[in-house]
Amino acid sequence: MDLYLPVANLSVNALVIVLLGGGVGLLSGMFGVGGGFLTTPLLIVYGIPPTVAAASSASQVTGASVSGVFAHVRRGGVDFKMGGVLVAGGIVGTFAGAWLFRLLQALGQIDTVIAIVYVVMLGWIGGVMAKEALTAIVRRRRGQPPRARKRRHHPLVAALPFRTRFYASGLYISPLAPLLLGFMTGVLTMLLGIGGGFILVPAMIYVIGMATGVVVGTSLFQTLFVTAVATLVHATTTRAVDIVLAALLLVGSVTGAQIGARLATKIRPEYLRLALALMVLAVGSRIFLGLVWRPEEIFTVTLS
Amino acid sequence: MRRAAALLAVAAPLTMGQAKPVLVPDVSQRAIEIAYSFTGADLLLFGAILYPGGQVPAGEKPADIVVVVRGPTQSILLREKEKVAGIWVNAASARYRSAPSFYAIASSRPIQTIVDERQRAIYELGVDSLQLSPVSTAPADVQARFGQGLVELKTRAGLYVENPRAVEITDGVLYRARVTIPARVPVGRFTAETFLIRDGRVLAAAVRDIDIRKSGFERFVARAAQRAGLLYGLVAVALSVGLGWIAGTIARRV
Repeated sequence: MDLYLPVANLSVNALVIVLLGGGVGLLSGMFGVGGGFLTTPLLIVYGIPPTVAAASSASQVTGASVSGVFAHVRRGGVDFKMGGVLVAGGIVGTFAGAWLFRLLQALGQIDTVIAIVYVVMLGWIGGVMAKEALTAIVRRRRGQPPRARKRRHHPLVAALPFRTRFYASGLYISPLAPLLLGFMTGVLTMLLGIGGGFILVPAMIYVIGMATGVVVGTSLFQTLFVTAVATLVHATTTRAVDIVLAALLLVGSVTGAQIGARLATKIRPEYLRLALALMVLAVGSRIFLGLVWRPEEIFTVTLS
Repeated sequence: MRRAAALLAVAAPLTMGQAKPVLVPDVSQRAIEIAYSFTGADLLLFGAILYPGGQVPAGEKPADIVVVVRGPTQSILLREKEKVAGIWVNAASARYRSAPSFYAIASSRPIQTIVDERQRAIYELGVDSLQLSPVSTAPADVQARFGQGLVELKTRAGLYVENPRAVEITDGVLYRARVTIPARVPVGRFTAETFLIRDGRVLAAAVRDIDIRKSGFERFVARAAQRAGLLYGLVAVALSVGLGWIAGTIARRV
């Protein structure tokens, strides 16, 4: 079933896009990530222009995170104060990201930068996660109790001024640290069309040292708002949000997310984390190969 | 009818001398509307060759028909990737002021056998004879490399098409050709040019316009995205929040 995308200016098979959204949604429901890091590259592989892909997949992440946020709010899993600080940083980051996007576009290096950032981030996060998950699996196999993780924030975070209390997170730290973290995620959201959950969650645990109970909920809370703002910024600057494409992705992903969330309860979390880590590494390697292999097209055209 | 005959009788001595035929071209669609299921369009270009005297001149070689469909010209920046420190990045670039967004040529015989290089350059017949108007002071060989790169890129994307022998001529007077317009073309005014060529000379030419535009919902969405960005963005966000919320509510009930 072919459908014409009015902003991307090409026709796509609607079923393929819905299934793509569904597959990403399934994974995002299982792992609690937005899934933007999969949607954008997959859309580009399908032939959607990179800018349209990044702009439209941001709104898909918004949709996928909504039901998660509601579920976490109901059981008190969101630290609103921390979330507010992250969102504030995220919004500033979105605008900085928009500026950076335009600059790189003018220089003609946007695609290369996006690819390099992806490779570095996915490789790093995937590596850390795989190592951690494997250790946990090995420990369980040997019958050792899982190692109790010491929850402490990074010494650099402790050194920052203007400390304040974040009751739900059980922290007394400077708001500058989460503000900066939110800012970086905002930049990435704008550049890559991702929610940034897979950066945010590890950073909240290992760098800021938040109580694990509120990490996922607060991360989703920030993702919801920042991707919404990113969609708005894209709609007013790059004008590359394709609402038809976004709707197709959403239909698939919100359904997939619900199925994924149910599947997730049936699998041991270590295996789930390992699977996610391997997937992240696979996507990262694919993008890396795209950088080093001779591209199919040496020339690219942009309107000027 | 009688008036036409009278006119012909008057004009006959004038036209007899040069014996210039006239082309009466037409296209199957004067306007192409892009709607939700648009996957490209098949254009039929057809028409008649009117010879003075009403019949194909005897003893002369049969004439050839060349049909060219062009899209609106675009000002583009062409970038060339180069391997720097192990990865492929955009390096050199060239700017073109007026590259056709779409160019399809169909002919009754391969274009190289119909006209020589000079005529091809004058009438821009063939993808190698396009006037791309580069804005550049680069040496000629670099410009040639970029020009060739652009043509090859567009050809692989199906936007520059050469189709020799796609024009059928019936009894030397009626011709028809089919040109496929892919879904990826930009909207705007397209032109369909028809050339009648004999002995390497263009005897007659005629142009028809074709408007390609988005219609209905597609036109509304594309316009909204361009003109009311903030509102459009708000609708996109509302749509995603709404769909996510509905799915969550349904899932909780099931």
